[in-house]
Amino acid sequence: MEQIITTIINGLSLGGVYALIALGYTMVYGIAKMLNFAHGDIIMVGGYTIFVFMNATGNPIIAAIFAAVVCVILGASMEKLAYKPLRGASPLAVLITAIGVSYLLQSLSQIIFGPTPKTVIVADLGVTKIGNVTISNSSVLTLILTVIIMIALTLFIKMSKTGRAMLAVSEDRDAAKIMGVNVNGIITITFVIGAFLAAVASLFYLLKYPSISNTMGSMPGIKAFTAAVIGGIGSIPGAMLGGLLLGVIECIFNSFSEIAPYTDAIEFGILIVLLLIRPNGILGKKKREKV
Amino acid sequence: MALLEVNDLSVYYGVIHALKGVSFTVEQGEIVTLIGANGAGKTTTMQCIMNLIPSRSGSVFFDGHDITKMPCHKIVNLGMTQVLEGRHVFQELTVYENLLMGAYSQKDKSRIKANIKEVYDHFPRLEERKNQIAGTLSGGEQQMLAMGRAMMSRPKLLMLDEPSMGLSPLLVDEVFSVIKSFRDSGMTILLVEQNAGKSLALSDRAYVLENGNIVLSGTGTELMASDMVKKAYLGG
Repeated sequence: MEQIITTIINGLSLGGVYALIALGYTMVYGIAKMLNFAHGDIIMVGGYTIFVFMNATGNPIIAAIFAAVVCVILGASMEKLAYKPLRGASPLAVLITAIGVSYLLQSLSQIIFGPTPKTVIVADLGVTKIGNVTISNSSVLTLILTVIIMIALTLFIKMSKTGRAMLAVSEDRDAAKIMGVNVNGIITITFVIGAFLAAVASLFYLLKYPSISNTMGSMPGIKAFTAAVIGGIGSIPGAMLGGLLLGVIECIFNSFSEIAPYTDAIEFGILIVLLLIRPNGILGKKKREKV
Repeated sequence: MALLEVNDLSVYYGVIHALKGVSFTVEQGEIVTLIGANGAGKTTTMQCIMNLIPSRSGSVFFDGHDITKMPCHKIVNLGMTQVLEGRHVFQELTVYENLLMGAYSQKDKSRIKANIKEVYDHFPRLEERKNQIAGTLSGGEQQMLAMGRAMMSRPKLLMLDEPSMGLSPLLVDEVFSVIKSFRDSGMTILLVEQNAGKSLALSDRAYVLENGNIVLSGTGTELMASDMVKKAYLGG
């Protein structure tokens, strides 16, 4: 029983990280109608930024703020330099470009930081014991902050003028234009929000796995993409649900030492089976794509 | 100077020459109709004016501004909007949220409120259903919502693309009476319609579009009397 509670809290916390990343994939997909395969690498850039500023200042809060700033600038310039010129081009051209951006970022960071992985201890928050249950404080903190961010994002989308415009662009770009919505501006805002969430995710990810390399964004990126598709790509609640679900599944299978080596295979297997049953994901709608 | 002036507008879809140098004007306070068969280029003309599709050559002036290459959202800020063919209401948003989207270019909150009230006065059905998701409305209600949403930006020029398409005869009459009331409240209207009879009766002037060319123009009554229009668009 104690083991189960610990596993579920760790799972929800890991799932929260996946959800934050998945939100970036799903919002960009819903609004810009493209898959940003370089999204995972924003986490890596966030990771190196945290590494640099932890070494320079030793203060995790300052490091986190700089990671957010750097990632947001990266997200906005990625969109402006690489994707905006391709507005209206074939989806395949955009996809190849996104893969190119991903390799560019990975290679650049290898040139700057070298091929050896770096280790950074952002903060040691210790554990809490309640009875026989041992819970890592960083997991709890991750989970709480993730939930707060998700609620804030949901309120922003539902209540603000910009959020409503995002929904409108994702549903019907031409109709949004004739309302006076600057679609390019909305797409930039979407990339900025996605990059910010990825920066937050990189901090939480480092709390769990404190190793930084130029490919560190790949695995969480692919897992989060899987989560977004499981939840229904284009759907914001879908990305949240998919992320949490995938995190819990991962932690449950990892807690059995005989099964643990196969966890990744099982997760992607679940994706395949789910897509056979529900091709649009759990919360995805038929044909219609939304934010 | 005309409120809208379209000069020699030319559009290609790949190698297909869809608009072959279309020119026309809309004066302040008029209702002007474009009629023509399917594929004549009516919707292309309307969408090209607002740069939803790019033109190859030609120019468009609105209210003294050259809007030929202006991004669509800036054209809206100058006071022009459009009800697209097929209504295009935001299916996932509520009726009220759709109306708020219509006021996207407006800053003054108290005016937005007053405009919403005016839309509800025009279309009481929309007020009854204000919290309903737009995708669950009937076709006629969606058309009313699309027109009410367009009213929200207080346009000087409103373009309507096939507003009566797919509606019951009763609703068609209602749509035309709404268009008339829009004009009476000071809006200028550019209309594309398949229902040539009703729209010519309402129009100050009209243009006939065929294969991407304007082939005939005149006042609504003149065109209704023209043999060519009678034969091709009014069923004999």
